[in-house]
Amino acid sequence: MAIVTAQTKACAVNPLKMSQPIGGAFAFMGLRGAMPLLHGSQGCTSFGLTLFVRHFKEAVPLQTTAMSEVATVLGGYENLEQAILNIYNRTKPKIIGICSTGVTETNGDDVDAYLKLIRSNHPQLAKLPLVYVSTPDFKGAFQDGWEKAVARIVEVLVEGSNADGLRDPSKVNVLPGSHLTPGDLDELRVILEDFGLCPSFLPDLAGSLDGHIPDEFTPTTIGGIGVDEIASMGRAGWTIAIGAQMQRAAEVMQGKTGVPFRVFERLCGLCPNDEFMTFLSEISGRPIPLKYRRQRSQLADAMLDAHFHIGGRKVAIGAEPDLLFDLSGMLHDMGAQVTAAVTTTQSGVIERIKTKEVLIGDLEDLEGLAKTKHCDLLITHSHGRQAAARLKVPFYRTGFPMFDRLGAGHQLSVGYRGTRNLIFDIANLVIAHREENDQPTPDKWRTAAGLPRYSGYRSPIGAAEGSIA
Amino acid sequence: MSSLAATVQNIFDEPGCAKNGSKSEAERKNGCTKQLQPGSAAGGCAFDGAKIALQPFTDVAHLVHGPIACEGNSWDNRGAASSGANLWRTAFTTDLSETDIVFGGEKRLCRAIKEIIDKCDPPAIFVYQTCIPAMIGDDINAVCKAASQRLAKPVIPINSPGFVGSKNLGNKLAGEALLEYVIGTQEPDYTTPYDINLIGEYNLSGELWQVKPLLDELGIRILACISGDGKYREVASSHRARAAMLVCSKSMINVARKMEQRYGIPFFEGSFYGIQDSSESLRQLARLLVERGAPTDLLGRTEAVIAREEAWAWAAIEPYKPRFEGKKALLITGGVKSWSVVAALQEAGLELVGTSVKKSTRKDKERIKELMGQDAHMIEDMTPREMYKMLKDAKADIMLSGGKSQFVALKAAMPWLDINQERCHAYMGYVGMVKLVEEIDKSLSSPMWEQLRRPAPWEALAKAMEQMQSSAAAIACDPALAETARRARKICVCNTVDLGTIEDAIYAHGLRSVAAVREHTNAVGGCCQRRIEGILLSAPPAMRQAAE
Repeated sequence: MAIVTAQTKACAVNPLKMSQPIGGAFAFMGLRGAMPLLHGSQGCTSFGLTLFVRHFKEAVPLQTTAMSEVATVLGGYENLEQAILNIYNRTKPKIIGICSTGVTETNGDDVDAYLKLIRSNHPQLAKLPLVYVSTPDFKGAFQDGWEKAVARIVEVLVEGSNADGLRDPSKVNVLPGSHLTPGDLDELRVILEDFGLCPSFLPDLAGSLDGHIPDEFTPTTIGGIGVDEIASMGRAGWTIAIGAQMQRAAEVMQGKTGVPFRVFERLCGLCPNDEFMTFLSEISGRPIPLKYRRQRSQLADAMLDAHFHIGGRKVAIGAEPDLLFDLSGMLHDMGAQVTAAVTTTQSGVIERIKTKEVLIGDLEDLEGLAKTKHCDLLITHSHGRQAAARLKVPFYRTGFPMFDRLGAGHQLSVGYRGTRNLIFDIANLVIAHREENDQPTPDKWRTAAGLPRYSGYRSPIGAAEGSIA
Repeated sequence: MSSLAATVQNIFDEPGCAKNGSKSEAERKNGCTKQLQPGSAAGGCAFDGAKIALQPFTDVAHLVHGPIACEGNSWDNRGAASSGANLWRTAFTTDLSETDIVFGGEKRLCRAIKEIIDKCDPPAIFVYQTCIPAMIGDDINAVCKAASQRLAKPVIPINSPGFVGSKNLGNKLAGEALLEYVIGTQEPDYTTPYDINLIGEYNLSGELWQVKPLLDELGIRILACISGDGKYREVASSHRARAAMLVCSKSMINVARKMEQRYGIPFFEGSFYGIQDSSESLRQLARLLVERGAPTDLLGRTEAVIAREEAWAWAAIEPYKPRFEGKKALLITGGVKSWSVVAALQEAGLELVGTSVKKSTRKDKERIKELMGQDAHMIEDMTPREMYKMLKDAKADIMLSGGKSQFVALKAAMPWLDINQERCHAYMGYVGMVKLVEEIDKSLSSPMWEQLRRPAPWEALAKAMEQMQSSAAAIACDPALAETARRARKICVCNTVDLGTIEDAIYAHGLRSVAAVREHTNAVGGCCQRRIEGILLSAPPAMRQAAE
C-alpha cells in the first residue's frame, strides 16, 4: 500500500502534468474523420497542437473557438456556432469533439444548451455528431480528459441494446487507456485476431496517428474508428478495458448495452499477460496460439538475462497514474525498487503502486527525490531530460510528450513481445550508461576521509559495478 | 501605470510601423489584429507571444500565473540557446486549481514568487498573466509591485492574457513591459562608442553566434540583445547603447522606436538572413555608430570584412548551381525572410515559384518584386490542401516553411526544410546562408525520394491481374473471340510463329512432318520442333484427314 501525498508548494516547477482539454482532444483523434475543437482562447489549442505534432511528427487536426476578451465576457455561443459551421463547411468532418477549457469553464458557458440551440438553428447539422466533454484546465490532468472523453463518446454514440439483445461473441470492444501507443494498439489487435476475435478499438489511435502516408490530403483525422462502428459496439460479446482509467467508460458501456467488461490494469509484465491470454482463450474458446507460447518463453528468457541489470536499480518514475502503475509493476517484478514515484492526478490505482510513497507533484519533486534517495535510473517523459543530465543517471523516455526522439508512436510495452522489448531497452540503456560513465579506476573505491560511506543496496552513483555483468 | 486596454491601444498606434502609418485615424483605432475566425484559426495567443519574446532572457525566472494548460502544455518547446545561465529552461507556474479560481490566485502568486527567490535567487522574475487569473481579477501588477518592494528584487508583470489577441500582440505587450519596468533601471559597468542593441533577435539554434564573431572582429559590442542569450542586467542597462538594429520588426518595433524617443538611440531595421542583407546590416550598423561619434575607420574595416565574407560565401554556394538547375522552391514564411533569402537561393540556381506575403509589409513586397520580377507569385494565404496539391503535382521541388506545414509537404513525399522557429539548424549570416543551401541540397538530393514516389509493386500487379481477368471473362463469353485468342498464341519461346499460322499450313498443305511444317512457315527456330510435333499429333481429325 503506497502512501499518497500531494505537493503543497505554491509554484509548480517543471510540470509533469498536462491539461485536461488536450487529453480529451487526444481521445477524439482516434475517431475517423474527426475534428477535435477546444472551446477557449487560441493559445489553448496552439499549445496542444504543437505538443502533439512534436510527439507524433504527424499533421494533427485540432481547432479552436478563438475566444477573444469580448467573447469571454459576453459568452461563447457565437464563437462556438461559428467554429462548428466553419469546420462543417471547410473540412466536412464525420464528427466534431468539443472540449471546454479553463476560460469557458470560468465564465460558465453552458455548452450543452448552446449545442441544442445550434442544432435547432442549423438543420444541416442534424446528422453531424457533436460530442461535448467538460474539461476545465484547472482540474485533473491529461489522463482525466481522455477518460471523460471516452466515457462521453460511449454515452452519446453507442446505440443501446437492440430488442432481441443478440450479441456476436466474436466481436470484442477494446477501450485502451491514454498510456497506450498506436504501436501497442496494433500489437493488441494482432493478439486478439490470433484468437479469432474481431476487435473494435475506441479510440483507435493506431488508425490515425501511427505515422502512415494517406493517399489523399485530409484536414480531419486520417483514420481511426468510424462513427458507425462505435454505434454497433453494443453487439460485442465482451468489453476489454485497459488501464484503470477506462473502468468508467466500460461501465457506461455495460449500463447502456449490457456488454460485460473486464478491466486489465496492466498489460506490461509476465503475469498480467498470462491473465490476459487466459481470458482471451476463455472468451474465444480457443487454445493459446503456439506463437504466444513461444513469445512467453522468450519473455521469460529476457527477464533472466535482464535481471542482472535492472534488478536492484533504484528507479525514479514520473508518469500519469496508469502508466506509473503499469511500469512500476513490471520493474518491481524485475527486482528493481521504485524509490521515487511522482504522478499527476488522483486515481484508484495509485495506492496499489509497489512503492512506499507516491507524490502528486512535478518534475522538480521527482528530481529532488531521485537525488536524496540516490536513484540510478530515471523514467519519465521527454521533459525529464534536464533532470537526468543534472543527476547524471540513465534516462528512459516514456509516455507523452516524447518530442526529442523519433518513433514515439511505435514504442511498445504490451503483450509478451512488448514487455520483452521494453525490458531489453531499459537494460541496454543501463549497460550503455555504465560503460560510458563507470569505468573502474583505483580511486573509485577510495572515499575521502571523514565522509560517511553510503550504504545502500547498491553502491552510489559513480562506483564501479563491472562485476555484475 | 496604464490599463491593459490602454496599453493595447497604445501599441496599435505605432508611428514607426509603415503599415499603421498609412491607415486613416479611424482605421488605426480599430487596431491591427484581424478578428480571429473560430474554427479556422491557427497560431498562438498573446500569452504565447509574450513568452516567446522574453523567454530567451536566460538568467530570469519566468513564472506563468495560470492553470496548468498555459505552461504545462508548452514549456521547453523552443530552441533558443544560452551561453551561460540556464534558468530560463526551468518552467515555473502557479498551476491554479479550482479553489484558486474561486478564492483568487493572488496569494498563491505571492508565495510562488517567494519560493522562487528562496530556491533560485534569480536577478529578476517575469510574471506572465494568463486568461483565467485575468478573468477572476487577479491584479498581478499590484502583486508584483508589493513583491518587488518586500523582497527587494525586480518582479516584472507581463500583462498578456491569451484572449486579448494574437501572438504578435503578445510580442509587443512583452516589449511594453520591458520599456515600463526594465530598460533604464541599471547602469552598465562601462560604455564604449561601439555599443549596440539588437532588438527582436532570439538566438534560435544559437544563430546569433553565427554573426557575433564578425561584430567582435569589428570591435562592435552587443550591449544588450533583446532577448536572445540575454541577461537581465544587460537589458536593464541597454539605454546606454549608441545604436540599435531591429531584427524582427513585427515583434518589437515598439521597443526600438520608444528607445529612440526616450534615449536617443537611432535604430534601423535589418536582417542577417541572406548574404546581401547581412552585408547591408553590418554597413548600416557601422554607419550609425560613426554618426554617433565612433571613429570613422570603422566604415573601412567593415567594408573589408564584408568583401572577405561575401567572396567566401558566394564561392561556397557556387558548386550547388549545377545541382540546383531546374529545381523549383516554394517559400512559405513571414516578414523579411520572404525576400531576404530569395536572393541567395536564386544565386544558388534555385527557381522560386512563390513566396508568402501574409506577414509582409508593403516594403517587403516591393523587395520581392525587385528580386523575382513584376509577376512574382506572392501568396497571400494558402490552405494546406492547396500546398499539398502544389507539391503533389510537382509544381515545386522543395518547400521551405515553418513546422506547421511540415507534414503537408512530407505526406506529399516532397522535400521540406524548416526555416522558422523550431528549426534545428542555424541560418544566419554568411555561414548560415551557406548552411541553408547545403541543407536544401541534402534534402533535394536524397535518394530516398525516388523510392518513396514509386508506387508499391503490387499496385501495378493488381492492375494487370484485373485486366487479365476482364479479358478472360470476355473470351469465355464469346466462342469466336476464344478461337482467335487460341490461334494467336505463339507456339514457342522464340515468339515468331503463332498457332493459327501452323494449323493453316497443316490444313492447306496436308503436312505430316515437322520438317514439312518448317518449310511452309517461319517456324525455323530450334525450340519450335517439339511444339510442332505436339500440334501435329493433337491436330483435329478433320485436319489430319485433309493431310492424309
